Amino acid sequence: MAVQKLTIAKALNDSLRKALEQDPKVLIMGEDVGKLGGVFRITDGLQKDFGEERVIDTPLAESGIVGTAIGLALRGYRPVVEIQFDGFVFPAYDQIVTQLAKMHARSLGTIKMPVVIRIPYAGGIGAVEHHSESPETLFAHVPGLKVVSPSNASDAYWMLQQAILSDDPVIFFEPKRRYWDKGEVDVEAIPDALHASRVARTGTDITLAAYGPMVKVCLEAAAAAAEEGKSVEVLDLRSMSPVDFDGIQASVEKTRRLVVVHEAPVFLGVGSEIAARITERCFYHLEAPVLRVGGYHAPYPPARLEDEYLPGLDRVLDAVDRSLAY
Amino acid sequence: MTVESTAARKPRRSGTKRPAGAASAAKPAAATAKTHDAEPQLVQLLTPEGVRVDVAENPDVAEFAPFVADITTDDLRGLYRDMVMTRRFDGEATALQRQGELGLWASLLGQEAAQIGSGRALRDDDYVFPTYREHGVAWCRGVDPTNLLGMFRGVNHGGWDPTTNNFHLYTIVIGSQTLHATGYAMGVAKDGADSAVIAYFGDGASSQGDVAEAFTFSAVYNSPVVFFCQNNQWAISEPTERQMRVPLYQRAQGFGFPGVRVDGNDVLACLAVTRWALERARRGEGPTLVEAFTYRMGAHTTSDDPTKYRRDEETAAWEAKDPILRLKAHLLATGAADEAYFAELEVESEAMGKRVREVVRSMPDPDTMAIFENVYADGHALVDEERAQFAAYLASFEGGE
Repeated sequence: MAVQKLTIAKALNDSLRKALEQDPKVLIMGEDVGKLGGVFRITDGLQKDFGEERVIDTPLAESGIVGTAIGLALRGYRPVVEIQFDGFVFPAYDQIVTQLAKMHARSLGTIKMPVVIRIPYAGGIGAVEHHSESPETLFAHVPGLKVVSPSNASDAYWMLQQAILSDDPVIFFEPKRRYWDKGEVDVEAIPDALHASRVARTGTDITLAAYGPMVKVCLEAAAAAAEEGKSVEVLDLRSMSPVDFDGIQASVEKTRRLVVVHEAPVFLGVGSEIAARITERCFYHLEAPVLRVGGYHAPYPPARLEDEYLPGLDRVLDAVDRSLAY
Repeated sequence: MTVESTAARKPRRSGTKRPAGAASAAKPAAATAKTHDAEPQLVQLLTPEGVRVDVAENPDVAEFAPFVADITTDDLRGLYRDMVMTRRFDGEATALQRQGELGLWASLLGQEAAQIGSGRALRDDDYVFPTYREHGVAWCRGVDPTNLLGMFRGVNHGGWDPTTNNFHLYTIVIGSQTLHATGYAMGVAKDGADSAVIAYFGDGASSQGDVAEAFTFSAVYNSPVVFFCQNNQWAISEPTERQMRVPLYQRAQGFGFPGVRVDGNDVLACLAVTRWALERARRGEGPTLVEAFTYRMGAHTTSDDPTKYRRDEETAAWEAKDPILRLKAHLLATGAADEAYFAELEVESEAMGKRVREVVRSMPDPDTMAIFENVYADGHALVDEERAQFAAYLASFEGGE
């Protein structure tokens, strides 16, 4: 059957399986991705079916994982690397930024770097320190990297395969608190382009732009606002590098108001860049300044405080009200 | 589907071409200096005076000597020529930096034997991951020396296609490339190929975590990679005492593969030991660490001043071990070459130096719009937008493009 109801986790697993089947050069690498199937079981069963040469349990060394993936890509392989949790990507940050991102440019286009780095990210699961961070800005800021995050099962299924097919390195952020959300996946569909935004809900009064785990919150906020007679459009950005500014502009030219929502700290975040660019592009269309809702300039708090730290329904609705009040 | 794991991989090579008399099985850690303070025990085949070491009287080198048993006097002259040409090129580049033609230069002066010996041990299908100082290895790989100067002049970040000569681009961040080499070697093993991979790095890079991770990965996946450390005694101004408390080659033992210390100023010994290590890799016996014990006679780069951090006596002591002079002494003593040969080589190297000067001075600056080229393989909307903005800005000037 072409359309299946899957969790995001299962959609990712199916997607990896399909990629392994379709191209013998695709490899899965990471800590615990083999026998255990990953701590979130995203790679469950893949080593059993594809063997240890293609689904590779690695030493616990993130720089080593990414650095050897670069070497494998130079040899013609297409490694899909799993970093176990967001906060653990930093030991590999040097390899990602100084090597992976620049190899294509410094080789004057000779070398392709088809490496995907999957990172379960963001909060909301009550984890300990370093297990709930949203570092996407740090990657989106780096030329040479592409950064995406699906918010639903269909995108999880398709975007991961598109990322693997890309000849550019893609940082693939998976919203870990949404892993168990179910959605319809049409495995025979023609998917949206990897870096195109998607209108998740149409509206006419204001645009909410979000990605990954915040799309669901924004959809809930839009539903709540509708009960108060407000028509809220929700854009699922899907890609943080590149950002689909044309898609955002089209929505803002219609609604004339924009709020950007993400879990990462607001300061110098993706929302800041969107606010700046949309202000330039839509200066005469905007009825209110572009507002941002997100994390604070503080370390990610202990789990008992994360509900206060993370943007929830009320904080998003508050921003909607503030925008509409101009 | 079941796939044989890398660690359990059987020897992949049959019919390996080996010099007659080569040892059939390699033993780990042939050199066994006891402490850091002890005189380093080196694999040496040619003394600083240019005399071939008597293998019968030096059992430590018996394992390696067969790997150069096939070397003819023609080969010796070839190694000599490689070292002379490399030194001439290096000297020219240093001069060009002083003349303002290059922004920076990392001289290999003193390290010619380590680079030519190891470089000439490689087969065409082997793959090299250099640092930014492997000009001699590049020479052995057939990379046009002038192509090495683009990045130092500031016209590009590379200057050659790595796949043409299996010689990767120079890597500036120290140690990073040891992981790339390891990953590449993992791929070689997966492909069932019998080529080997060599990663160059320095004593300073040995302190980097990436090098330790490369050792770990290559050991557990039994990857066909040779780690070739040129211990030139100084990491800019930091001596080896600031990098390690035990001899570097001994570190390999803790990772489960052999380490060998070779006289890095002895081109024959470097050739033999590297061939030995490459053979191990080809046979599926995994990684080796080779520590070429040598000396950087010049500055780290043209930006530093070694007189500030090291003693003249130390440099003078190493001058006596010069790799080129010792082979010249050997060639003269054995009648393998005469003064006419050296004079001829001098003419050839001068011509090469002249060509390098001319090519560098005529290197064009890259096109301005190259800033936006090759940032991404598949394109990127932001790059497209900024390219168009910048082009419009340039065109806005009177007579603009």
